[in-house]
Amino acid sequence: MSMVDGPKPFSTAKSEQKTANMESAGVPPGSSGAVPRPNRKFGSWSDRWREMPRQKQWLILIPVVILAFLLPVINPPLISTEPGNDWPLACQAMAIFALVAVGLNIVIGYAGLLDLGYIAFFAVGSYTAAMLTSPDSAFIKIPYLWTIPVAIAVSMFVGVLLGLPTLRLRGDYLAIVTLGFGEIVRILATLIPAMKGQPGFQNVGHPPGIGADGIPIFANSNGTPWYWLTLVILIIVLFLVGNLERSRVGRAWIAIREDEDAAETMGVPTFKYKVWAFALGAGVGGLAGSLMGGQVGFVNNQKFDVVTSILFVAAVVLGGSGNKVGAILGGALVAYIPLRFTAIAEYKFLIFGLALVVIMIYRSQGLLPARQRLLAYGTAAYAAVRRRGSANPSAAGGSGTGGGAHTSSSTPAHRAEGEQA
Amino acid sequence: MSATPEPTGSVDAAALAAGGVVLETAEMVAPERDFAVGIGEDLVEVKNLTMKFGGLVAMDDVSFTIKRGEILGLIGPNGAGKTTCFNAMTGVYKPTSGEVLLEGRLLNGMKQHKITRAGLARTFQNIRLFGEMTALENVVVGLDARHKTSVVGALLRLPRHVREEHNAIERGMALLDFVGIGHQAATLSRHLPYGSQRRLEIARALATDPKVLCLDEPAAGFNPAEKEELMALIRTIRDDGYTVLLIEHDMKLVMGVTDRIVVLEFGKKIADGKPHDIREDPRVISAYLGEPEDDFA
Ligand SMILES: Nc1ncnc2c1ncn2[C@@H]1O[C@H](COP(=O)(O)OP(=O)(O)OP(=O)(O)O)[C@@H](O)[C@H]1O
Ligand SMILES: [Mg+2]
Repeated sequence: MSMVDGPKPFSTAKSEQKTANMESAGVPPGSSGAVPRPNRKFGSWSDRWREMPRQKQWLILIPVVILAFLLPVINPPLISTEPGNDWPLACQAMAIFALVAVGLNIVIGYAGLLDLGYIAFFAVGSYTAAMLTSPDSAFIKIPYLWTIPVAIAVSMFVGVLLGLPTLRLRGDYLAIVTLGFGEIVRILATLIPAMKGQPGFQNVGHPPGIGADGIPIFANSNGTPWYWLTLVILIIVLFLVGNLERSRVGRAWIAIREDEDAAETMGVPTFKYKVWAFALGAGVGGLAGSLMGGQVGFVNNQKFDVVTSILFVAAVVLGGSGNKVGAILGGALVAYIPLRFTAIAEYKFLIFGLALVVIMIYRSQGLLPARQRLLAYGTAAYAAVRRRGSANPSAAGGSGTGGGAHTSSSTPAHRAEGEQA
Repeated sequence: MSATPEPTGSVDAAALAAGGVVLETAEMVAPERDFAVGIGEDLVEVKNLTMKFGGLVAMDDVSFTIKRGEILGLIGPNGAGKTTCFNAMTGVYKPTSGEVLLEGRLLNGMKQHKITRAGLARTFQNIRLFGEMTALENVVVGLDARHKTSVVGALLRLPRHVREEHNAIERGMALLDFVGIGHQAATLSRHLPYGSQRRLEIARALATDPKVLCLDEPAAGFNPAEKEELMALIRTIRDDGYTVLLIEHDMKLVMGVTDRIVVLEFGKKIADGKPHDIREDPRVISAYLGEPEDDFA
C-alpha cells in the first residue's frame, strides 16, 4: 500500500471524470484483470436512484405517493377494471396483495427461505379479526382497529411456533414442510368448533365512522377508504422493513441467503435470524389478513387454499425477489390481472404460470431486480470511496503491508462522510 | 510508521512497543481490546483431537497449542487433515473425541457463531464470500458479531443502532484499507478479482475481532510476488496484536513467516517446532518427498 496522506474527500471536476474507470484502475497487481461491471441491463435504474440526492428522490417520491392515493378516485380508463369489477375494490385487492408480497419478501427475498405456506399467517390474521369482532363468534368483542395489532401479534406467535421446529431444515425440505402450514390452518378451522368451518363468520367488524348518507364509511363495498387505510399501513410497513434491511438484521438475512454456513462462521446466529424473518413475515401476513377480513366482512375456511399461497410466492418472484418495490409491483399485478381481464380470469393460473416461465427465462431476477441496501449510512461512504479512487487511482492497488499508517490517516475522512448522511 | 498513540484503558504502551505492536490499526479494528495481556502464554489448546468420517480417520489424536502473539503454521501434504482441523476447532464438525480450549474455555459443543464470538475466526480455503453484498457489507457482517443492536432497535433506529452503523462503516473501511482493497469497497464481492476476494475474506474474519485468526491457504492461487505481499500482510496482522494460525502449502513461505510449525500427515501430527528444526526433521522431509511440485529444500 502506498503511503498516501489519506484520501481527498472532495472531488474536482477532473476527478469526477475518472470515476467511471476507477474500479478497473484499482486492481491489485497480478490479479485477474479488470473488475467486471455488473451485467444487469435493467438493474441500473436502482443504482441511479440510489445515487440521487435525497431532495431529488423526494421530488419523485411525493408525486408517486399522491398518485397512488388518488388511484381509486381517478378511475383511469383502459387501466380501470370496470365495468367487470368495482375499481376501488380492485385497488384494495391490489394493495392487500402488495402488502402480502412485501411480507413474504422478507422470508423469501431476504432470508432465502422458500415458504410455500404463507397463506397460513394471512388466515390467522383474518380469523383473529373475525373472531374478535363478528357477532357469530363466541369470543369477547373488541373494536376492529384493535384487532389489527392483535392479529399481528397472534400471527407472529404462530410464525415462531411453526418456525422453531422447521427452520432447522433447509432448502427443498423447508419448502415441502411449509406447504403443509396453510393446510393445517384450514383443517383446524374445519375441525375446531369455535372456528366454525364452512359457515364461518359474517359481519366482521370495520373501522368506525358513518358517512353523510348514513352508510358506514368502511362498508364492505366501499373500496376507497379501505384502500387508503391499507396504503397508509403499507407505507409504514415499507419504512420499517427498510430500516431492518439497512441494519445488522438485513445483513444477517442476506448473509444467510447467500451462504448460511459462512454466515454462521462469521458470527451470525443464523437460526435466530431465520426465526425472526419468519415471525416478521408472518406479522405482515397477519396484518394483511386482518385488513382483508374486515373489508370482505366474511371469513370462512374456503378462502385459504394452497393455490393462493403459491400465488403469493409468484407475486414475490414476479416482482423481483429481494426487492420491496418489486414485491409491491408483483403483488399488485397478481391481483390486478384477473380483475381487469375478467374474460381470462378463469385461466389466471395458466397465465401466471406462463408469465413466470417467460420471466424466469428472460429476466430471472424478476421485473424489478434490485440489490438490497444493507448499510444505513453506506451511500456517503461509497461516494467517498469513488472520489478517493478517482482522485488517486495509483494509490489503489497496493498490498496491506503499510496498513497502520494508511488506516489512521484515512479515518477522519470516513467519519466526516458518515455524519453527512 | 509514526509513534504509538496514547494508550487506551489498561494497555501498557511500553510493553506493546517492546512486542513490536503498532496500535493504530489494532485500535481501529478493536478499540476495546486489551492487547498487552501475556504475550507468549498458551491461548489455544487442542487436546487429543480425533475426527472420523465413517471409517476414515481424518485427524488422529492431534494435540498442539497456539501461543498468544505467534504465527503458527499448520502444514502437511494434501488430505493431511488441515482443513478438517479448522472445521473441528470452529465447530463446523463435531470432533469424535478430544477438546479445543480457548483461554482455558472449552469450545466443544458450542454453536459456531458463539465460537466466533469467543474469539476464533477463520477464512475458507475455497472462498465463501456473500456474493450479492459489496466488499464493505461483507466486512460489516463480520463487525456485526460485536454489535448489540436488537431487532427492535434496528426497526425503530434507536440511538445505539445509529451509533453502531456509523461506527461499522468507519471500521469497515479501515479494515478494507488495511488489507489493501479499500478502493473496491462498493464492488459486489462476486465481481471482485480473485486476489481481492482472498483479501476480503481476511478482512471479514478480522472484523469479528478474533483472538485467533485462522487462515486456510490464504495465498492459494497467488503468484510468488502476491504471496510475498500476503505474507507481509499476515506479519502486520500479527504485529498488530493478533495470533494467527496459518495453513499454507508453499514451504518456503511458511518457513519465512511462521514462528512455529505443526506438521500433519495422514491425520497425525508428525512434527512441532521452530521452522529451522522442522526443515531438518527427517519425518517431515520424507512426508514431503512424495510431493514433486513442492520446492522444499
Ligand atoms: N466432510 C467430510 N466427509 C468425509 N471425509 C472428509 C470430510 N472432510 C474431509 N474429509 C476427508 O478428510 C481428509 C482430510 O481432508 P482435509 O480437507 O482436512 O485435508 P487438507 O489437509 O486440508 O488438504 P488440502 O491441502 O488438500 O486442503 C481427506 O481424506 C478428506 O477426504
Ligand atoms: Mg484444506
